[in-house]
Amino acid sequence: MKALFGQLLLGLINGSFYALLSLGLSIIFGLLNVINFAHGALYMLGAFAAYVGLVQLGIGYWPALVLSPLVVGVLGLLIEVLLLRRLYGLDPLYGLLLTFGLTLVLEGAFQQLFGVSGNPYPMPAQLSGGADVRFMFLPWYRGWAVVVSLLVCFASWWVIERTRLGSYLRAGTENPRLLQAFGVNVPLMFTLTYAYGVALAAFAGVMAAPIYQVSPSMGSNLIMVVFAVVVIGGMGSIAGSIITGVGLGLVEGMTKYFYPEFASTVVFIIMAIVLLVRPAGLFGRER
Amino acid sequence: MRTLALLLCIAASAAAAEKESKISDGVVKIGVLTDMSGYYSDIAGSGSVTAAKMAVEDFGGKMLGKPIEIISADHQNKADIASNTARKWFDEEKVDAIADLVSSSTAGAVMPVAAEKKRITLLSGPATTAFTGEKCTAYNVHYTYDNWALANGTGREVVRQGGDSWFFVTADYIFGKSLEEDTSKVVKAAGGKVLGAARHPSPGTTDFSSFLLQAQASGAKIIGLANAGLDTVSCIKQAKEFNITPKQSLAGLLVFISDVHALGLDVAKGMYLTTAFYWDLNDETRKWSKRFFERQGKMPTMVQAGVYSEIRHYLEAIKAAGTDDADAVMAKMKATPVNDFFAKNGRIGPDGLHRHEMYLAQVKSPEESKHPWDYYKILKTIPAAEAFPTVEQQNCPLVKK
Repeated sequence: MKALFGQLLLGLINGSFYALLSLGLSIIFGLLNVINFAHGALYMLGAFAAYVGLVQLGIGYWPALVLSPLVVGVLGLLIEVLLLRRLYGLDPLYGLLLTFGLTLVLEGAFQQLFGVSGNPYPMPAQLSGGADVRFMFLPWYRGWAVVVSLLVCFASWWVIERTRLGSYLRAGTENPRLLQAFGVNVPLMFTLTYAYGVALAAFAGVMAAPIYQVSPSMGSNLIMVVFAVVVIGGMGSIAGSIITGVGLGLVEGMTKYFYPEFASTVVFIIMAIVLLVRPAGLFGRER
Repeated sequence: MRTLALLLCIAASAAAAEKESKISDGVVKIGVLTDMSGYYSDIAGSGSVTAAKMAVEDFGGKMLGKPIEIISADHQNKADIASNTARKWFDEEKVDAIADLVSSSTAGAVMPVAAEKKRITLLSGPATTAFTGEKCTAYNVHYTYDNWALANGTGREVVRQGGDSWFFVTADYIFGKSLEEDTSKVVKAAGGKVLGAARHPSPGTTDFSSFLLQAQASGAKIIGLANAGLDTVSCIKQAKEFNITPKQSLAGLLVFISDVHALGLDVAKGMYLTTAFYWDLNDETRKWSKRFFERQGKMPTMVQAGVYSEIRHYLEAIKAAGTDDADAVMAKMKATPVNDFFAKNGRIGPDGLHRHEMYLAQVKSPEESKHPWDYYKILKTIPAAEAFPTVEQQNCPLVKK
């Protein structure tokens, strides 16, 4: 029983990472109708931005938490303006191909520069160590990661679902041309939305840096599961991706306890079942 | 009639010329087939190519008046790419021997091709023990290390030092399972207990805390990591994060210096490992490794040092045999002991396994480390006879009993 609680808590931790990443994907897909395959690479870029900032410029974890998403967000801005924008009228498949290509280029370049083994990123001193919570040892950092990820997720959800800015975004999803007719600068909104989604990925990257090795393949290891999360939650559904992210983290955690060999497969089996029963995903709407 | 005579004349002189030069195709060509960009590119990869080039340069670049060439290719850790490249190299590019072959799936695919074409494979990266056992060929040398040596080195010595209860965290595929199995046998034989194992999917697992928590709950003194590369690195990192080490100790069953470098000593300190080579062993290893460092910017792994040494040994054997004929060269390689910075009095057995000293090492703490790449304390030199299985134990079908 003790061990099960431990695994559930670990599942919650992983789940909050899934939520953070799938949220960005979902926002981008919802508005731009682009399947952002580069999400994993941009997550990796966020972690590397923090790492390079630390090693080359002496910028610590706390400033990196803000700076790294900003830097990567600006890169996202450029990607949208220079590349993605040209593909909006076409089948989403083209966007997927473009971002997949970007992923290969980014990962290849970082492998060339840093090698595959990756680099260590030190735990911020304030958050190293941990506490005994009866059934397991909980590192402070993991606790922090859960709280912050969920806060960011909730804040994003709130902005999109409950504010005027969010209502523009949602209107843009429904009918961008009508929205433009009301005087809203829709292309700018698209650019900023993509940049925000990308910045979320970079933020998750910085959060992950002290836990995992900062390596070029860190994104591709995670992105498949995150895509499955988005598909299960329903493409483009904000709340759906958050709830599914956390939920799948918990399911995965339990699987690791009862049948570890199955852990990497269970998410995809759930995905297959959901697609059979509800093709639009648990929280998605048929279009 | 006259044309026929002329043709005969030409044919005869050509045959004579062929006989005079004992180097087939007028070149000794060695292909380095390795992982250039994937999982194992830091332990082998471009560093292996650099090591191979150094070996040729140190030999003088010429063999019995003919040039020696190194070519390389990326097998991407895929068996089919590896065997297709090998076929092309043998059939079209006059390659005489293939070196490195990191990752067992590629080595297992290339060995039969080479044997069929009578060309030589010089394995430095792969670990599967059966390459000089059930799967042995007459044209193969397994040079640097194998699973048996890793399991025995780390398993037996750690039990001797008091680590007598084990729990394994294992990569759930053939390599990890066989490493777990081999090590379990050794641990039990040495009087230790195996309390259990958690098998994780690989590659693709990024969070190991669940598996590590199971290891923690088992109460074992030693957590054996039967995995490699990033998996091992993540396990070590997360074990520290969850306060599992130093209460329980980790034993990395396949750890390279590049992994330790990637982790940093603060995280990796105290870990036991078995290695075939360490750059800071003596003046000879330091001298060679510093030359390697100047070119590569990193200290060599045991795989890369092994590539240099095996190619040097191969070239010496051609010189001594006076031909690059594979049968003659294999006989010479097996008859001559290996003596260089990598191995002292190493012997290649009739099964193709290179038996040499191995080292049990422990990773230093940051305070103990005095200069860059000063990572290992060598606890024990394991003599060749203890480090590797005997010819009888290997059961290679080629060796007559």
